[in-house]
Amino acid sequence: MAARTLFDKVWAAHEVVAQTPDTPAVLYIDLHLAHEVTTPQAFSMLRSNGLRVRRPDLTLATMDHSTPTHTDQVFGNVPIKVDAAARQVRQLEQNAAEFGIELFGMRDARRGIVHIISPELGCTQPGMTIVCGDSHTSTHGAFGALAFGIGTTEVGHVFATQALLQRKPKSFAVNVEGQLPRGVSAKDLILSIIGKIGVSGGTGHVLEYRGSTVHSLSMEERMTVCNMSIEAGARAGMIGPDEVTFEYLKGKPRAPQGREWDAAVARWRSLVTDPGARFDASVDIDATRIEPMITYGTNPGMVLPIGSVIPDKRGDDVFDKAMRYMGFHGGEAMLGKPVNVVFIGSCTNGRLEDLQAAAQILKGRKVAPGVRLLIVPGSQQIKQAAEAAGLAEIFKSAGADWRESGCSMCLGMNGDTVEAGQYSISTSNRNFEGRQGKGARTLLVSPLTAAASAVKGSIADPRELM
Amino acid sequence: MQPIKRITSRTVVIASSDIDTDQIIPARFLTTTTKEGLGKQLFADWRYQSDGSPKPEFVLNRPEARGAEVLVAGRNFGCGSSREHAPWALLDYGFRAVISTEIADIFRGNSLMNGFLPIVVDERTSQWLLQHPGAEVDIDLESQRLTLPTGTSVSFPIEPFARHCLLNGLDELGYLRSKLHDIERFEAARALSPA
Repeated sequence: MAARTLFDKVWAAHEVVAQTPDTPAVLYIDLHLAHEVTTPQAFSMLRSNGLRVRRPDLTLATMDHSTPTHTDQVFGNVPIKVDAAARQVRQLEQNAAEFGIELFGMRDARRGIVHIISPELGCTQPGMTIVCGDSHTSTHGAFGALAFGIGTTEVGHVFATQALLQRKPKSFAVNVEGQLPRGVSAKDLILSIIGKIGVSGGTGHVLEYRGSTVHSLSMEERMTVCNMSIEAGARAGMIGPDEVTFEYLKGKPRAPQGREWDAAVARWRSLVTDPGARFDASVDIDATRIEPMITYGTNPGMVLPIGSVIPDKRGDDVFDKAMRYMGFHGGEAMLGKPVNVVFIGSCTNGRLEDLQAAAQILKGRKVAPGVRLLIVPGSQQIKQAAEAAGLAEIFKSAGADWRESGCSMCLGMNGDTVEAGQYSISTSNRNFEGRQGKGARTLLVSPLTAAASAVKGSIADPRELM
Repeated sequence: MQPIKRITSRTVVIASSDIDTDQIIPARFLTTTTKEGLGKQLFADWRYQSDGSPKPEFVLNRPEARGAEVLVAGRNFGCGSSREHAPWALLDYGFRAVISTEIADIFRGNSLMNGFLPIVVDERTSQWLLQHPGAEVDIDLESQRLTLPTGTSVSFPIEPFARHCLLNGLDELGYLRSKLHDIERFEAARALSPA
């Protein structure tokens, strides 16, 4: 057989019906993750067509996007502040009960951001196809799964059939070699990749992150990288599973156990790109030259090393519009610019290692006067682990606001927002206009850079505080 | 779904590149549980002042935009979030197609399933359209051709199965459900030897 990529192998193993010039492939879906925002209309479609969820056993629901992060609204008697969000939460509870889907609801100790809880429960496994009505589903590709975001109509298709109509995308190798320097994280790596290939550089492709750097990363770091594949326009990003992957999954509650575990690992070992397999596109990245990165504009491709000055691209309308929105000018240095809000969290950087990185900077230090630091764990399990490890105490002593899990300030639809005109240093994934609230100005960074900037009260290089 | 064969309309131009779905419809409006009524919130942050009154300079608030069904936009339209609320909002407002040199993957798929046409054209055609707002264009889905008022006509790509469904008013779910026997067979085979 011809040499195949990891993506080719996973695709082929899920082709129920192959594509033809006239018809797309029927692709089988192993795991469907559901949340409150992109499912209500799909459940309504099932109801109006008299359909059921065909495989509730392969479907998992939680609530994360519109849920509050204030403890009193989650666990106390205070009602959810945003009425429409409360309605979505109630509707998901009703829909999950009616259609027999397992739900990690509001007060469940396993609740959290959908892309964080599935891996931590061991639901996400190598070689699977995983979909969710959310573009950051690409996160699960860190395990060698083919995972991508879908719209609500397709959510309905998967509910009704456990399959999707898909054309096979092209493949794109992202080769990364060399050791990341001190103070440079997986977030800086993916931001520099997006800066290099552009926000539509991956359109129509599935990325495979390859090379020694990628395989030296922990699973949490790999998830950060794969998470932002969509920010380069790629629906999915994958990493071949290795010992690090197996070690992470071993013993997780929903991972295979006992003899099944051994058989699964044996299968997973074959999920690597064969030597000589061809990719439709490729890019080479030298990890040793990457620095802490920061965005300066209104899409994640407008990014530069933190010590640089904003390029002067006056006359380019995307640049000019972004500079007007951000209140920046070409030629200005990023370091030292004032900060109003710092957000540490999201499906990109809301995992335990991210919180540990932030704590490393914040330990024994205080948030600068006038700066608001919000730290939101990615799941309730991470919250508990961070509290047990003393991280929450470090955060609170520094003056941070420590919350219940959720998407929170990443997308400003749950009550956690940045005010118009304010500068937000954020570990999330999108710096689009208004993403964190109407008029909010977002700068994307790593947890280290976010914590350092909170302490300094201005954009700061984390290496100075390490 | 109603069959779609042809759209003849004036255009509205929003020349920006990389218009993401957070601009098309901001996240704070996604707490809805239906598809209807999202047109009011289309491009909300570009369209309204903070007190909710329309910004007179924004193109959708100008009289010449009224009734136009085709949006012309800069490259990489619809990037970002997978929210299907984006094509729902465009359709509810009254748009039926967008023309750009590049359209993001998830948005394109979502659009086709809702009968909103994502039309990708070459750079030259795009430049002409961007410079001629209000031009009367003809989009013929059957022949996959876009015709400009100058008489110039260019072909555009569209996924053949989606085109077939749109021309005949078919729902893709119907086709997918016709494959349920294959899906069951696939599941049975896998139960015997896991992938």
